[in-house]
Amino acid sequence: MNILVCVSNVPDTTTKVKFDGTALQTEGVQWIVNPWDELAVTRALELKESGAGIEKITVASVGGVGVEPTIRKALAMGVDDGFRVDADAKDAFYTATQLAEVVKAGNYDIIMTGFESADYNGIAVGAMLAELVGYASIGAVTGVNIDGGKLVIDREVDGGKEVVSVEGPVIVSVQKGIAIDPRIPAMRGIMMARRKPLTVMPAVDCDILTEVVEIELPQAKAAVKMFDAEDAQGLLDALKNEANVL
Amino acid sequence: MSVLVYLENWDGKFKSVSQELLSYGNKIAQDMGVKMNAISLGNIADDELESLNKFGAEKIFAVKNGFDNVDSATYSEAICKIADENGATVVILSQDNVGNALAGRIAASLKAGYVSAVTALPISYNPFVIKKKIYTNKVFGHVKINSEKKVLTLAKNTFGITEGASGTVENIDITTAAAKTKVESVDKVMGKLLLTDAELVVSGGRGLKGPENWGMIEELAEVLGAATGCSRPVSDDGWRPHTEHIGQTGKVIAPNLYIAVGISGAIQHIGGIGSAKCIVAINKDPDAPIFEAADYGIVGDAFKVVPELIKAAKQA
Ligand SMILES: Cc1cc2nc3c(=O)[nH]c(=O)nc-3n(C[C@H](O)[C@H](O)[C@H](O)COP(=O)(O)OP(=O)(O)OC[C@H]3O[C@@H](n4cnc5c(N)ncnc54)[C@H](O)[C@@H]3O)c2cc1C
Ligand SMILES: Nc1ncnc2c1ncn2[C@@H]1O[C@H](COP(=O)(O)O)[C@@H](O)[C@H]1O
Repeated sequence: MNILVCVSNVPDTTTKVKFDGTALQTEGVQWIVNPWDELAVTRALELKESGAGIEKITVASVGGVGVEPTIRKALAMGVDDGFRVDADAKDAFYTATQLAEVVKAGNYDIIMTGFESADYNGIAVGAMLAELVGYASIGAVTGVNIDGGKLVIDREVDGGKEVVSVEGPVIVSVQKGIAIDPRIPAMRGIMMARRKPLTVMPAVDCDILTEVVEIELPQAKAAVKMFDAEDAQGLLDALKNEANVL
Repeated sequence: MSVLVYLENWDGKFKSVSQELLSYGNKIAQDMGVKMNAISLGNIADDELESLNKFGAEKIFAVKNGFDNVDSATYSEAICKIADENGATVVILSQDNVGNALAGRIAASLKAGYVSAVTALPISYNPFVIKKKIYTNKVFGHVKINSEKKVLTLAKNTFGITEGASGTVENIDITTAAAKTKVESVDKVMGKLLLTDAELVVSGGRGLKGPENWGMIEELAEVLGAATGCSRPVSDDGWRPHTEHIGQTGKVIAPNLYIAVGISGAIQHIGGIGSAKCIVAINKDPDAPIFEAADYGIVGDAFKVVPELIKAAKQA
């Protein structure tokens, strides 16, 4: 079996990021592998190492040359090869359309995407890609396992957990639980990554269905209102009569 | 032109967000001067279907045969069929595990621009511009949809419930391709308020010292009718189940009230509660960052403050 992981290069939103009218100010921004995608890569590597019958792990990213460090990082973690589709990821449909070309040109049994990207928070690309290539897809995936050569997927539903089996290739959108901590590349991996294949593909034409036309900063929050440690009653009264949430 | 709302169910009942979804869809339909229809997939009893027949849907299409378990491909196919047959230009789903899995497929199939997790009505209809949080809750993006068709998922607990006209429930059958996924087993969380559905959440962090001290968190939650949550290290250390982990890498929730006890308020934790209407922090450290995110706070020892809160809440 072969695995493809779709990886997105995103700004580290846990650091200070600034915005002007319609866009992120990229100056001084730290770029990272989208956290979910990093966990997906980690799980793919775990499966391969467990002897479950994974032959090859590939990553693909849509973006300019600036996303190559993200692909190289995945290669350094242990991924076998990478594709970059040479175009700005303009919106989810555009991105999924490009990834569909990568999927069609390869031979993948499991395709992983993250739950969402830290920049667009689209929750979109995985399911769109599945529809474009006509594969089965499973969302909210918390576990990917191979049992006797068969894929067994755990997914979260609003009200419990389900174990799902699937015929044929599948696209899974993974979330919390898929792997505990992201794999940290070792020095040897970093050296080897330089020689691993990274293929650049041209983009295909695609309509732009959505675009961010303006960025609105959230309103400054009112200062916190404090109560004495002895005044539980005062707090409850405020929640009831002032905030109207009880 | 019309609006189509997908009504999700679990265990034979509609999800609690259904009324909110219909109220939202109805307002959009009215603003656009078009009709709203709804679709339900799976075996739902007639009285349950009727219970949603007062929120403005002209027709509720009930597909009772098949669709026992969620299969993204066939569910999307069915919803797209009804969307096409009724000339739907706006399709609305709930932003949750199922809605997330379907909306992208529906959008790609209809070639519709898709905006997830919206929290308000469109800013304008022509052009169609709607806002959503981007950059992990840092800012709102005003997203313009260029295509004629649109797919939206509504974040929970963001739009009020307004009744509307009633219509008719129509039983129909839909055939789709065979499902390629199969649910082998289900593990239902019974009798417990779902964290993502809850309007009130009481949450504990490492400040509580150990799993043996969660009794008071659970008691406070019970008195208030709240669900329980926790910070990441708490679930990583196995003090609480992973399903309770809140934050950027756990659950993102939008309750009316979030009470954080012994939680420092790391940015990754705040990422999961940024949409809560009201945040209360109880922490012994006056400089804990949680107080910057909080609306109300108490500086004090959780082991004294929480029992006081329980006592006061019981008297109310
Ligand atoms: C990539 C990444 C992703 C992450 N994702 C998440 C996530 O999704 N969710 C998440 O929660 N964290 C996440 N974290 C971890 C996060 O950075 C913090 O480490 C974590 O949230 C801290 O948990 P805590 O507040 O319970 O513990 P601490 O930071 O240890 O805070 C404990 C607090 O309890 C207070 N306290 C102690 N004793 C008492 C007492 N008796 N009474 C009252 N207060 C007391 C202390 O003053 C302190 O503020 C992530 C980290 C990384 C690097
Ligand atoms: N530019 C991109 N290149 C490759 N994969 C992407 C890209 N953008 C998003 N993805 C994948 O789609 C997932 C969901 O992203 P989104 O739909 O933007 O929230 C991510 O976790 C990635 O796996």
